[in-house]
Amino acid sequence: MEERIVKPKNQRVKRFLDNRAPKLIENTKKAIFIRGGNTSDVISQALVDFYLLKKPDAVLFRKKNILRPFEDEASIEFFSDRNDTSLFMFGSHNKKRPHNLVIGRLFDHHVLDMVELGINSFKAIHDFTTSKCVLGSKPCFVFSGDAFETEQDYIRLKNLFIDFFRGPDVTKIRLAGLDHVMSISAVDGKIYLRTYQIQLKKSGSRTPRVELEEMGPSLDLVMRRTKLASPEFYKQACRQPKATKPKTVKNVSYNTFGAKLGRVHMKRQNLSKLGTFKAKGLKRTHNEKENSRTVKKSKVEVE
Amino acid sequence: VVIYKSTCKAADMEAMDIALDVDALLAENKSKHKSTEVKKDVELQFDLGNLLATDLNIIDTAAFRGEKEGYLKTLMRDNVQLLINQIWQLPTVKTEDVVLAELPKGTTVLPREKPIPKPKAPTKWEQFAKTKGIKKMKKSRMVFDETTQTYKPRYGYKRVGDLKDEWIVEVPKNGDPYQDYFKKKEEQKSDLVSKNEYQRLRNIAKERKTKSLRVPPPPSGTKDLNKHQLTQALGLAKAATASVGKFTPSLPSEPVPKRSGKKRKAESMIADVGEEKARNLGILKKMNKKKEVLDITKAVNTHMADEQKSVHFSRVDSDGKVVGSKKRKAGGGKKTGGKK
Repeated sequence: MEERIVKPKNQRVKRFLDNRAPKLIENTKKAIFIRGGNTSDVISQALVDFYLLKKPDAVLFRKKNILRPFEDEASIEFFSDRNDTSLFMFGSHNKKRPHNLVIGRLFDHHVLDMVELGINSFKAIHDFTTSKCVLGSKPCFVFSGDAFETEQDYIRLKNLFIDFFRGPDVTKIRLAGLDHVMSISAVDGKIYLRTYQIQLKKSGSRTPRVELEEMGPSLDLVMRRTKLASPEFYKQACRQPKATKPKTVKNVSYNTFGAKLGRVHMKRQNLSKLGTFKAKGLKRTHNEKENSRTVKKSKVEVE
Repeated sequence: VVIYKSTCKAADMEAMDIALDVDALLAENKSKHKSTEVKKDVELQFDLGNLLATDLNIIDTAAFRGEKEGYLKTLMRDNVQLLINQIWQLPTVKTEDVVLAELPKGTTVLPREKPIPKPKAPTKWEQFAKTKGIKKMKKSRMVFDETTQTYKPRYGYKRVGDLKDEWIVEVPKNGDPYQDYFKKKEEQKSDLVSKNEYQRLRNIAKERKTKSLRVPPPPSGTKDLNKHQLTQALGLAKAATASVGKFTPSLPSEPVPKRSGKKRKAESMIADVGEEKARNLGILKKMNKKKEVLDITKAVNTHMADEQKSVHFSRVDSDGKVVGSKKRKAGGGKKTGGKK
């Protein structure tokens, strides 16, 4: 942690600043939803719907902000810095780019990726009459279409979507809590985003039968402009700290029975000169030593 | 369904019937509920840590155009079924009537929000403590105050050694009876605070490798600095101008500084072509030469000199006499003594 020149006056401020500082294990990414200078009903509603999906890690700006993300990134970086967010969604509407949605993310409060999508058709959450999902639940993701494996833009878009809507990183999940799925399909050069509520029905086996009910925002999107990060910048952003990587224990292995086996590395030993423990019973007594000495003496004398 | 085998023959026949019934029951059960099996041409790719399933099968565009929503719904249902099948195979933990599945770590590489934090470099004291083997002692929050016979906090509101609680100060034997000793104590305290602040900033500057404040604050309660402090402060103040002290009027008996500030002369627009060519070639020559640019001996000597200069605290008495100057010599083993 870099030392601050101006020390915080109380613990509350210190805790607030420490929360925003770079950490080994990071906080859940927050998103800002910004309206442009001119917005249509479709765009406004789309922003509100995505905000509801992203809650509580989201901030919705009520006022209109005249921004051009693709020309000037400074405003977005400023908002990100102030609100401590690393994801953003900007919606605008004009004749040249009708129903325009810009989704992007930042690294260290600098824009990493930005993708501009145009909304061809939109159906809001309140247009569907089914029951909704629980606030703050983690969505499942399904990506269909081979474009998500072949085209660079689509690969990055997939990564961006997962990053955006993933929510907190958890190790355990309640099986009954898997209640909604975001499905993105790439067909015919267009992207179809649908949100369904998962209903788990009884089946013959332990795993339940899945039935889907369309619930959330339904969008038909077309990819317009993209501003993706350079490979070096992206690589730097993806770097993970060493401390979080699992430490590999060397020279320890497990055989098929689960027994722990170790490996010991020895120095070279001269077996002929190796000193071994002598059995105490075989040790020569004082008398024996004396006798051998006298025997030696007599031998010498003879010679 | 457990079938008990009885000893008598009649019961055996009944057992056979029961066995057949079980098969029928199973078949009936299967037809009642819909299956959880899905067949796909290409297997889906799963990242269960992120609850992700990727379907790389080619979408039937003709069928898709026919009935968009229906096609998507059935496709998604199949894919989600496969994903749920995978998730249900994970090991589960049961806590307080809630069944939790243990998710593996996500395989999708997602970029971080902020850069990896850099480990804090040890401060001057921390380095010294490490070499000496000095360990931090845990201090208690409350300390027993002898005067009031109560426990008071070590620091903060209503602390033990608060100066405003001090109502009596003994005048020392040779001390000036007309001096304000209470004020003196306060000044000593503020000295320590400013010294601590200076050291903290110096540690930060060292960590960030920027130039720190060269002159430590003079101890308060003393109007005179010693000669060394004065010349240092004067030099720094003079050079703190845009023209690096060139036009600052100097005092009548001010000594001329060794290094006078020199502003770089701007080159003329019309330069001598030959001179320019020679200069550029010289730069290239410097770049190409194999000899080491860093003069190690010079660098080491400069470093040692800096260390000698950096920590020099001298306490000046009220009379202006230097009392107990602390000149700390760093890296005693390394020094050969004096500059070469």
